[in-house]
Amino acid sequence: MNVPLHVRIQKRLAVPRWIELSTAIFSLLLALAVIAVLFRALGVNPIVAYRKIFRGAFGSLYGLSETTVKAIPLILAGVGLCVAFQARVYNIGAEGQLLIGAICATGLALAFPDLPAWLLLPGMFFVGFVGGALWASVPALLKARFHVDEVLSSLMMVYIASELVNYLVYGPWKGLSEMGFPYTDKFSPSAQLPRLFRTRIHYPTLILGLVLAALAYVLIHRTKWGFEIRVTGENPEAARYAGMNYLKTVLLVMLLSGGLAGLAGVGEVAGIHYRLRYPQGVSPGYGFTAVIVAWLAHLNPLAVIVTALLIGGLLVGGDAIQVALGLPVATIHLFNGVILLFVLGGELFTRYRIRLEWRRE
Amino acid sequence: MTNQPGQDSAVEMRGIVKRFPGVLANDDISFEALTGEVHALLGENGAGKTTLMNILYGIYHPDEGDIYIRGQRVTIRSPRDAIDLGIGMVHQQYRLVPTHSVAENVVLGLPGNLLFPGRAARRKLEEFSEKYGLSVDPEARVWQLSAGEQQRVEIVKALYRGAGILILDEPTSMLTPGEIDDLLSIVRRMAADGHTIIFITHKLDEVLDISDRVTVLRQGKVVATQETARTDKPSLARLMVGREVLFRLEKKPPTVGQSVLQVKGLHALNDRALPAVKNVSFDVSAGEILGIAGVAGNGQRELVEALVGLRQSTKGQVLVGEKDVTNQPPRTLIEQGICYVPGERLVGLVPGLSVAENLILKDYCDAPFAQGAFLNYAAINAHADRLVTQYSVTAPSRETPVRLLSGGNIQRVILARETYQAPTLLIAAHPTSGLDVGATESIRQLLLEQRDQGTAVLVVSEDLEEVMQLSDRIAVMFEGEIMGIVPAEEADLEIIGMMMAGAHRTPTPEAA
Repeated sequence: MNVPLHVRIQKRLAVPRWIELSTAIFSLLLALAVIAVLFRALGVNPIVAYRKIFRGAFGSLYGLSETTVKAIPLILAGVGLCVAFQARVYNIGAEGQLLIGAICATGLALAFPDLPAWLLLPGMFFVGFVGGALWASVPALLKARFHVDEVLSSLMMVYIASELVNYLVYGPWKGLSEMGFPYTDKFSPSAQLPRLFRTRIHYPTLILGLVLAALAYVLIHRTKWGFEIRVTGENPEAARYAGMNYLKTVLLVMLLSGGLAGLAGVGEVAGIHYRLRYPQGVSPGYGFTAVIVAWLAHLNPLAVIVTALLIGGLLVGGDAIQVALGLPVATIHLFNGVILLFVLGGELFTRYRIRLEWRRE
Repeated sequence: MTNQPGQDSAVEMRGIVKRFPGVLANDDISFEALTGEVHALLGENGAGKTTLMNILYGIYHPDEGDIYIRGQRVTIRSPRDAIDLGIGMVHQQYRLVPTHSVAENVVLGLPGNLLFPGRAARRKLEEFSEKYGLSVDPEARVWQLSAGEQQRVEIVKALYRGAGILILDEPTSMLTPGEIDDLLSIVRRMAADGHTIIFITHKLDEVLDISDRVTVLRQGKVVATQETARTDKPSLARLMVGREVLFRLEKKPPTVGQSVLQVKGLHALNDRALPAVKNVSFDVSAGEILGIAGVAGNGQRELVEALVGLRQSTKGQVLVGEKDVTNQPPRTLIEQGICYVPGERLVGLVPGLSVAENLILKDYCDAPFAQGAFLNYAAINAHADRLVTQYSVTAPSRETPVRLLSGGNIQRVILARETYQAPTLLIAAHPTSGLDVGATESIRQLLLEQRDQGTAVLVVSEDLEEVMQLSDRIAVMFEGEIMGIVPAEEADLEIIGMMMAGAHRTPTPEAA
């Protein structure tokens, strides 16, 4: 034997809280270290870049408000994904459900511009939730009835939703006053969400997100449906054995996560843009980023609030370095990808204990 | 045995220690197998046999101890290392690709097979099949093969990789009596050809039948290594269990009440949509235990699943009391008072959830555990404390995830949940498989208590001794059919054995 160094991997019996927390932080730091190498390769001093990101996201009131603006859709979609992932139902299509929510809300806003705000805005959230939920019900039914993999089907539904938005903003809903841009007309004032002072924080959506995060936590840990979700997620066979309805559980979590993503879409059109725009204009991939947010929170809806703010900050900081350092847009996608990779990889260290041992010959 | 094993050491393991969290699986084990011998490794489930052999095959790494192959000190870090050293292992669960052909499975993972499987491979397969009687069609798809044939593919796979030392882990557990005979003759021919065979088993008859020497393990330790010719069944049993065996359970005569479960002409398919349960009829009455004996894979699993609503039956009727419950969903059957202790423990448990939560796995939507939509954790915890005490579950706390409990305690959690309400019908599949003697005894005692309290009990087990001990009546299943039902006191072991092999049928009045 030439290498006396041994790597031993042992399954952990119990995972203490501090290990979960410290691996999450450590994974994040490691990801940042790897990205630092990338910055270097692009000829940018990583320390300067990180400082710019941090300052941009958290260093000013404006930065903080923009971070919150980005966190709002991430909280809503991320909380929904926590519920679905707890049941091991891998809804990857939150982006599409978000867009459908935006379409439904826009439809209502354009059809009834003269309704009072107290009626129109809740109505928009309602149809947005229903739309997102129905969009998610397709992969849910395909999974529960025909064992179609929900990862693929929900992902493919994103592209359909995206093309539907394109069709609407280039076609029948194209705004007359938008000078040829692929936008709908601006919503009437009663379809616009109020904002906090001079920021873009549409606080009703934020409050909705925080309340739903708390409710989702209660749902998962304190209700019988949550029990069914956890049992189904951990051992579907035991769920069947205990007389739980698999179809019902899959449908429930998909409808919830789709509906919450739909709400995020409503917030974007009613709180930020006041109109439906081309898909990337409505959401720069919030639905996909929410997957990272949910995993980073270890599927705990309350922790999603924190991770959404963190990732929201990265998005804002990413914009800042784009402008300040002239880095391409793709940098920030790279950023997100590397972080997800490390967070998922870090799971290994929470589940297993890894030790290096020198063995004497 | 005619062949004279050589005196050369093929495998020597010295002072092997292997700890798992909370368990000392191998406690300073020393073991030696000689070239050309059939060496039986005997012990109860959990005695550490498989762990020891997984160490030899490089799946686990010993915490302490050394391994010598043909006198050379070696470090085996992976099955790849083991294969390079000429060690092969046939696991209890076969590791084959079901949709691939036999030949493809045999060469899978070997270098130099871009266009697999090569003609040379096929020639070699034929050679093995001639030499050792390992006949399998190289073109057949693995999923089409019987358990015995799949096992032969695994053996061929090992030989093809040049295994001179072959580990067979409980090789007979999935086989019919005929297939067992074939296997034993293959083993003899391989040993005669100079192969070293390590034969893991907990069946005494097999040890006496096939091995040259036997090493007995108990609770992770070697208790003896003997020449098989100089030992006998009672003394092996004593070594294995650590005390006199064949104890009789305290069993009162049954007070049989009304018929609870009636199965009439039931048919069901297995996962491959082939008939697995064929025209099965029997009934179980309150206060009696009906045992179903049979070799694994003769339709017992499918029968039980059909009875508890986890599998659709294709024909026939199931009545509980007066009520027709054929093909009702599990929830309806649970509400009828049917409780089920599944054969695979993981089916009945959620490993990551706490003891308390697992204890309400079925009652979570009933008061007092649920109040409206919410779970009432005060009631759930009180319930858990009560059952943990009553059923003597040893657990650090009710919050402990059940995956951290021992097999016996896990089984107690399941039994506690399934029996605390005095079910009308209790169905238990392999209730003691994998448990140590103490746990086995107390689980059997629990089943008898249920019967004495007036529950109708159906026990399905591959362990004939268990069926004989527990049952008031014994049904034998073979290839999906009930070969006959006999009262336990009239049961003749030989006739039951013949029924299990499909060689005898005892007509029963119900079967009409």
